[in-house]
Amino acid sequence: MSTFLGMPATAPRGVGNLRGDESFPAAARKALGNDQLRRNLGHATTTIRAKSGAVIGELPDWQELRSAGSALKAATMARLPELLLQLEENVTRAGGVVHWAADANEANRIVTELVRATGEQRVIKVKSMATQEIGLNEALEEAGIEPIETDLAELIVQLGNDKPSHILVPAIHRNRSEIREIFLREMPGVDPALTDEPVVLAGAARRYLRETFLSTKVAVSGANFAIADTGTLVVLESEGNGRMCLTLPETLITVMGIEKLVPTWQDLEVFLQLLPRASTGERMNPYTSMWTGVTPGDGPQSFHLVLLDNGRSAVLADEVGRQALHCIRCSACLNVCPVYERTGGHAYGSVYPGPIGAVLSPQLTGVEDNASLPYASSLCGACFDACPVKIDIPSILVHLRNEVPHPRTERAAMAAAAYTMDHPKLYAAAQHAAKLTKLAGHRLPPPLNGWTASRDLPEPPPETFRDWWAKR
Amino acid sequence: MSSRDVVLGRIRAALGDDAAPPAGIPRDYRRGDQPADLDLLVHRLEDYKAVVHRGVSVAETVAALAPDPLIVPPGINPDWLPAGVEVLHDDGLSADVLAVAGGVLTAATVAVAETGTIVLDGSPDQGRRVISLLPDLHICVVRADQVVASVPEALTRLAPQRPLTWISGPSATSDIELNRVEGVHGPRRLHVILLEASDHE
Ligand code: SF4
Repeated sequence: MSTFLGMPATAPRGVGNLRGDESFPAAARKALGNDQLRRNLGHATTTIRAKSGAVIGELPDWQELRSAGSALKAATMARLPELLLQLEENVTRAGGVVHWAADANEANRIVTELVRATGEQRVIKVKSMATQEIGLNEALEEAGIEPIETDLAELIVQLGNDKPSHILVPAIHRNRSEIREIFLREMPGVDPALTDEPVVLAGAARRYLRETFLSTKVAVSGANFAIADTGTLVVLESEGNGRMCLTLPETLITVMGIEKLVPTWQDLEVFLQLLPRASTGERMNPYTSMWTGVTPGDGPQSFHLVLLDNGRSAVLADEVGRQALHCIRCSACLNVCPVYERTGGHAYGSVYPGPIGAVLSPQLTGVEDNASLPYASSLCGACFDACPVKIDIPSILVHLRNEVPHPRTERAAMAAAAYTMDHPKLYAAAQHAAKLTKLAGHRLPPPLNGWTASRDLPEPPPETFRDWWAKR
Repeated sequence: MSSRDVVLGRIRAALGDDAAPPAGIPRDYRRGDQPADLDLLVHRLEDYKAVVHRGVSVAETVAALAPDPLIVPPGINPDWLPAGVEVLHDDGLSADVLAVAGGVLTAATVAVAETGTIVLDGSPDQGRRVISLLPDLHICVVRADQVVASVPEALTRLAPQRPLTWISGPSATSDIELNRVEGVHGPRRLHVILLEASDHE
């Protein structure tokens, strides 16, 4: 099928990190065999859920805020062209330069050329989903430019030659002794007597990165929000590495998906309350930076904003699926998902893991390139309840399953098996049946074997996710 | 065709002609007019490991913290400066100097009681963003009349064209097994001096 200029388009193949090397079932099978991974994940998701539930409980108007957030996002999408132009005008008026990137290749080219124009060989980076999505680090390295991730978790991932496994806590799959080993092996000048105390490990990262912060002249960031009627960019973070990157360098390049828009300054009041509580379980994250263009004498004197499509217009074209663009990347849906909790983020093969990844990735790439992801869910509905902007992920999953180019029987089997993962009695029965029929390993008997032919069955959960959620 | 035209064209095609006019936004969440609760602000700040001082003299409190040298923005209230502490007024000090300073003293623009947040907006008594970032100790003076109850009220008091830094406790990470560690890259210590109407500055 040929596409015409100006028609919605999916993210191109061969660049970026939206497609895995293998299908979800194959990747999940490996993850299910990793006990350490499951323990780390279980601990992390349980902890974050408890924290988040407590601070959400403090707000009497949480549901009203969710409804406002949901309506604001829908209104933003309906007026996207007009609001993007308003953003462009306001950023430009404040001294910034706006670039438009149709896809990952173009965004990478724009950023690479901007860095080249400064004559610098190194950039510091604030954690950014958008730049991971387009594979910016790989593109910069190819151009002889060294990108340095400055978020502690991203640094752990980068030094470990690894991939992030969670939106919010990218190194959630690593425990302290693994992190210590990575630092000892990969961090130049690290104290060989390093212990695995978190405070000691964080101190090592601080020493390692300080000099880099002070001596690097170009930074690349993402953005949590961009406000159309003021041209203001917003980044939420905890460590201060964001503030370092956003204020110390001479040049700042921000790469932002076109869906991150917020219509007005006032609307920020909704999202600034929803995001931290749903995400890290904090009333407010330690640091939030807001800037509008450039400020003479304070911070970078050269600011570039790259507006990225890379498949978003294709998502927008689907009336059912487009609400996936409302996502504010809080990761709450990951932390409540029984399937994510067992498989971890890598199994999803995309920078966007968990329930939101299962709907966003196939839409960005075209469903044929991520055909197993709409099945990476038991449709238990917990993600919908947890989502601070009320994205109906289960409905989008069902909708996408109907578009998957699988034979009917296979689809039915995958759906049944995913359902089984969230229902302990069925699950136990299936495991028992598998033993009786002496199928190799923990395999399910027909008709479920279509899905489990390539994976082991994990232990069933002690209670269903829904029961647990209902008791919260 | 420029990429700008391509992207805008794609979005318009995706939305189609029948893009429904956006419905109204339900705003029945709390938007303001609550009284600001100073005790709540203190509680929230302390919950995030900031140290709060009330009913004290700024100069004496700063002196006791002994930051040496002390960085201050150009418009700092001179009455706040203690004798016997080396003070460096920021007139574009280099990052290297800031990174080894003992601490920084700034004012604030707004504080949010419900979240334990203070906001700096780059005014002369708050200075460049970098001065409150590189030193290991940040001492921030907040007046009671700057405290609002909630995030919506804070936004109405702020000017979006200024560079804004919202601070809730010192720098922190939870990236290693979700253990909270204070001070990765930003200041490891945050002290807030709360000036109430009864205090004479
Ligand atoms: S889909 Fe909702 S819950 Fe999931 S990351 Fe996005 S905003 Fe958060």
